[in-house]
Amino acid sequence: MIYRENGQFKTSYAADQQIFPIAQDRWAVLAIVAFAFVGIPFLVDEYLFRAILIPFLILALAALGVNLLVGYCGQITLGAGAFMAVGAYAAYNFLIRIDGMPMLAAILLGGFVAAVVGIVFGIPSLRVRGLYLAMATLAAQFFWDWAFLRISWFTNNAPSGSVSVSNLELLGWSIDAPIEKYLFCLGLLALFALLAKNMTRSAMGRQWMAIRDMDVAAEVIGIRPMFAKLSAFAVSSFYLGVAGALWGFVHLGSWEPAAFSIDRSFQLLFMVIIGGMGSIMGSFFGAAFIVVLPIFLNQFLPWLGGLVGLHISTAGVSHAEFMIFGALIVFFLIVEPHGIARLWSTGKEKLRLWPFPH
Amino acid sequence: MREIGDVILDLRGISLSFGGVKALTDISFDVREHEVRAIIGPNGAGKSSMLNVINGVYRPQQGEVILRGDHFKRMDPYRAAKAGIARTFQSLALFKGMSVIDNIMTGRNLKMKANLFQQAVWWGMAAREELAHRAKVEEIIDFLEIQHIRKTPVGRLPYGLQKRVDLGRALAMEPQILLLDEPMAGMNVEEKQDMSRFILDVNDQFGTTIVLIEHDMGVVMDLSDRVVVLDYGRKIGDGSPDEVRTNPEVIKAYLGASH
Ligand SMILES: Nc1ncnc2c1ncn2[C@@H]1O[C@H](COP(=O)(O)OP(=O)(O)OP(=O)(O)O)[C@@H](O)[C@H]1O
Ligand SMILES: [Mg+2]
Repeated sequence: MIYRENGQFKTSYAADQQIFPIAQDRWAVLAIVAFAFVGIPFLVDEYLFRAILIPFLILALAALGVNLLVGYCGQITLGAGAFMAVGAYAAYNFLIRIDGMPMLAAILLGGFVAAVVGIVFGIPSLRVRGLYLAMATLAAQFFWDWAFLRISWFTNNAPSGSVSVSNLELLGWSIDAPIEKYLFCLGLLALFALLAKNMTRSAMGRQWMAIRDMDVAAEVIGIRPMFAKLSAFAVSSFYLGVAGALWGFVHLGSWEPAAFSIDRSFQLLFMVIIGGMGSIMGSFFGAAFIVVLPIFLNQFLPWLGGLVGLHISTAGVSHAEFMIFGALIVFFLIVEPHGIARLWSTGKEKLRLWPFPH
Repeated sequence: MREIGDVILDLRGISLSFGGVKALTDISFDVREHEVRAIIGPNGAGKSSMLNVINGVYRPQQGEVILRGDHFKRMDPYRAAKAGIARTFQSLALFKGMSVIDNIMTGRNLKMKANLFQQAVWWGMAAREELAHRAKVEEIIDFLEIQHIRKTPVGRLPYGLQKRVDLGRALAMEPQILLLDEPMAGMNVEEKQDMSRFILDVNDQFGTTIVLIEHDMGVVMDLSDRVVVLDYGRKIGDGSPDEVRTNPEVIKAYLGASH
């Protein structure tokens, strides 16, 4: 009886078009965001920042990018890692080749380069879909893996593409402590999540979803598939490019192409499937789940084994991790394609009626 | 009151085939402004193919579409939409994952001009447009009497209501020509009456020209000003409902086909 919209009558379409039309949702999200900015920094130690929170923030941004393309526009991609790599290496080149290039500008420019590359590799989507499109994007992945390993100009002649960035600075604020890195990533994620939400609730997002749901009908009402699909590739790749640059600059500091391999592409796709396709919130759920699960299993499985007198090795834990992911993905694909986000909203619907069963 | 005007849409010598299957053979007919023009014929006669030619989903091998005097050898869906042609679908073609409001809002996309950056920051023109078009969409929702389901994802709606939303999405384009492909198929009597009323109101209040495919002869005779009859991709009759009804070839085609 606490969570409900009774008595909250909308007197204008503007009020009804808000991101969170229900007041309780609005307050809850504001509280979470505020807590993330001012609460967590006081509560968390360095290890947690490094091992969980920073990777979570960056991967959530990347998952958001994948979700815009896969979940909202219905175009499959296995090349997400490649677009992260393009963003990271492009940002690196802007930073080292142009004197006085601010770090944030380099990261955003990396995103723009990734967007352009995304448009080029999105062109096959105008002709093919499903499995064939997956193959085409996989080709992008292999091409960029190869390019950053072999074309030395991209990596400033570094052997095997391993490069590094140091002394991150934003308008005189030097970002080196984990807490500063965390706040920097959090700020960018909050901003880009808001922009993504706005895109998906306006004309562009409706065009993407129309193409996803029924492309012939979309064309007949004047949506041009080329424009809709390539814009989705561009925006998605921009997000991935920025996330890639952050992963390299902020999280790793020094990296090589393997940081953005096919494994990364699959990991991001799994986040979107588990978290919820076509849901901004789902991207966060998925990223949190995939970042936290291995760490949780690492602690939990050996403890569980200990209870029954069994020794579980590290290898055993990582096998278990694969099996659990596999099972979850099959479960979500078959039973709940809208992922954790849908389970969450069904739960809320129940709560809205509680304590009455109907 | 509406008054039937000049020819707005003229189809000349349209032939369309898929591989060896001839869907349409040398079909010519015209549609006058503000009229309700029906296309009837047995299953597989080529009626839906005809609509698909008009709005450019199919490209005929021969013939041309003349729209307000402009000749189109090859129409395409985007140009047809810009030129004010909207349509509904025989088999449902709604955007399943979206709510009723969003489905109908999508029909306004050609009228929305804000660019992606304005939309991303939800500021200025983008925000104003969302509001203005939302108001228009609400008018359509009121007109079709579907206020109670406006937020429901369309995939969850019963068939009859989905058909209404399909009409709503087409109306959101404020079309001059509206192509309706069996809007009442699979409906009960009451739903058919509602749908007939909506079609007549659209034609009457907004002066929209309507091309209607329908199997129910009673509905066709009630609604339409003129009727084209197709059979095996050929035109076998054309005229007022009464002329068509007494045309021996039409009678033969309908008796021959199992109906
Ligand atoms: N995309 C297509 N590819 C191949 N053949 C097609 C296609 N569309 C239509 N046809 C064929 O063209 C012929 C006419 O089909 P159409 O759908 O236009 O008939 P219809 O009059 O609308 O029939 P119904 O009353 O069953 O809707 C049929 O033989 C059909 O099989
Ligand atoms: Mg048909």
